[in-house]
Amino acid sequence: MTLDGWWTLSAGELTAIKLSLLVATVAMMASLPFGLAISMLLARRDFWGKSVLNGIVHLPLVMPPVVTGYLLLITFGRKGPVGAFLDQHFGIVFSFRWTGAALACALMGFPLMVRAIRLSAESVDKRLEAAAGTLGASPIWVFLTITLPLIVPGIIAGMILSFARSMGEFGATITFVSNIPGETQTLPSAIYTLTQVPGGDAGALRLTAISVIISMAALLLSELLARKAGRSLHAAT
Amino acid sequence: MIEVDVTHRLGTFTLDAKFAAGGRLIALFGHSGSGKTSLINIIAGLIRPERGRVAINGAVLADTARGVFLPPHKRKLGTVFQEGRLFPHLNVRQNLLYGAWFARTARDDANANLSRVAGLLGIEHLLSRYPNRLSGGEMQRVAIGRALLASPKLLLMDEPLASLDEPRKLEIMPYLERLRDEARIPIIYVSHSVAEVARLSDTLVILEAGKVRAAGPTIELMQRLDLIHAAGTGESGALIEAVVESHDYAYGLTLLVSRAGTWRVPRLEAAQGKTVRMQIKARDVMIALEPPASVSALNVIPAVVAEIGPMDEPGVEIKLDCSGEALVARLTRYSVERLSIRVGTPVFAIVKSVSFDRDSLGAAWRDIRAADAGAGGV
Repeated sequence: MTLDGWWTLSAGELTAIKLSLLVATVAMMASLPFGLAISMLLARRDFWGKSVLNGIVHLPLVMPPVVTGYLLLITFGRKGPVGAFLDQHFGIVFSFRWTGAALACALMGFPLMVRAIRLSAESVDKRLEAAAGTLGASPIWVFLTITLPLIVPGIIAGMILSFARSMGEFGATITFVSNIPGETQTLPSAIYTLTQVPGGDAGALRLTAISVIISMAALLLSELLARKAGRSLHAAT
Repeated sequence: MIEVDVTHRLGTFTLDAKFAAGGRLIALFGHSGSGKTSLINIIAGLIRPERGRVAINGAVLADTARGVFLPPHKRKLGTVFQEGRLFPHLNVRQNLLYGAWFARTARDDANANLSRVAGLLGIEHLLSRYPNRLSGGEMQRVAIGRALLASPKLLLMDEPLASLDEPRKLEIMPYLERLRDEARIPIIYVSHSVAEVARLSDTLVILEAGKVRAAGPTIELMQRLDLIHAAGTGESGALIEAVVESHDYAYGLTLLVSRAGTWRVPRLEAAQGKTVRMQIKARDVMIALEPPASVSALNVIPAVVAEIGPMDEPGVEIKLDCSGEALVARLTRYSVERLSIRVGTPVFAIVKSVSFDRDSLGAAWRDIRAADAGAGGV
């Protein structure tokens, strides 16, 4: 093995990196509205079955990823009840597509996102919201002008955690959508494949390095954004 | 006219308050735990009363009998909270304009109002700061401005001075007086401080253990020892209205006449014939059994002991009748016994100091404030 061209990524490896970035970004963005809604619900409302909902949200964190992947397969697969319905009525297919990988990643990152946003929502002083109400702001405006700006640091943290989890997701993805190069072969799957073939070490190492760099960059970016968003808030304490 | 008739339970505490009051500044007065804050929260719409009715100038805000409950954001009431509650992510200007936006004030009007209110409260230089860079007194002034700029029909103030130290209170007090006199918005002011209530309010609602003990003009109620004792902390005192008789330019004094007699006080910027309100704190009144021959105090008023407060504490409050006007003196129990003071004993009240509200002082209020933080010593 020579070091010449060690750093040159093969076409397959490049595809895996791009796919992983796409899947992680889509997973993060798509789960944000749901994550925000569920976090606010858990942080602010008391309702029957709250702990059950909380448990369901956290399930992917405690279950083996393969189990999550398998559950996705039997519900969102083409023959699964939800999957069949979506396919027939909306033409949306998850199984063995990159969209399925995004779904699996979103689900796996969801508890982390909800935890981060919920914690930050719980720390918002409700008396500020009451004050905004007395100044004429309806509940929806109170949320948009007071609550939301105050939980931005939590939202950023939640998004980054979800993104990072997606970049590393392996078990649920490979169980649900398999390991198809160019369609569902994300970074971890590609690394796994490379380690299974003779002479794949160099490629595996390259992808590992890339993976470390992306994770690190995401972490630094979140620090930066949170600090920027928190600057004026911090001032308040 | 504010009409309140509500019942509400909070744990073991029951608020059962009924009153109707008008006036420019209505003080809800009582000890902490008497239900003042709950009452203001009910008026603001932050608490939904279990039973009852709240109406302002005939407009019903809540009426459980008819199932009416207007949410806070539809009530058009400005509320100033004890802790300010400024929005930390907005600067002072944005905080001030927050309510104006929801009141749909046109941009030009809002800006004009902003500079007027900022001027009134002396916060023009703070507009671009964030709340964390404000002192406690500045924060409260911004909070007051923010409530005002929401164009409220009524201003609710929940002990706006309680979290401030004495100098900060005195810093804000004149602004509150200006507000009362210039803003033309009626104010409901929650307080447990006799000094604040005496200085600011024209109408008093006294709360005790969740019930309205009395409601009426401040001057009348302030003279009732039992009420002040039941509701206030710290200092009791009396309010006396007097008419400006003449000015003594040589000595810089003003002569005032009330039923109790003639008063000499540091010169006031008030025209002859004008009625002024004097606040005389109980601790500033001494009692002598004989007319003191040589004493530096300017005001010695003949009086008769009308009422002696509870004798179970070292300090005893004595209500004096000065030809139909009331004064309150705070003596030690030792003195009361040593001088054998009883109801009906003729005495001389030696008044050491008199304070005036801003109404009485006109343009001079600034000087007086500078001289003795609102109290013109005599």
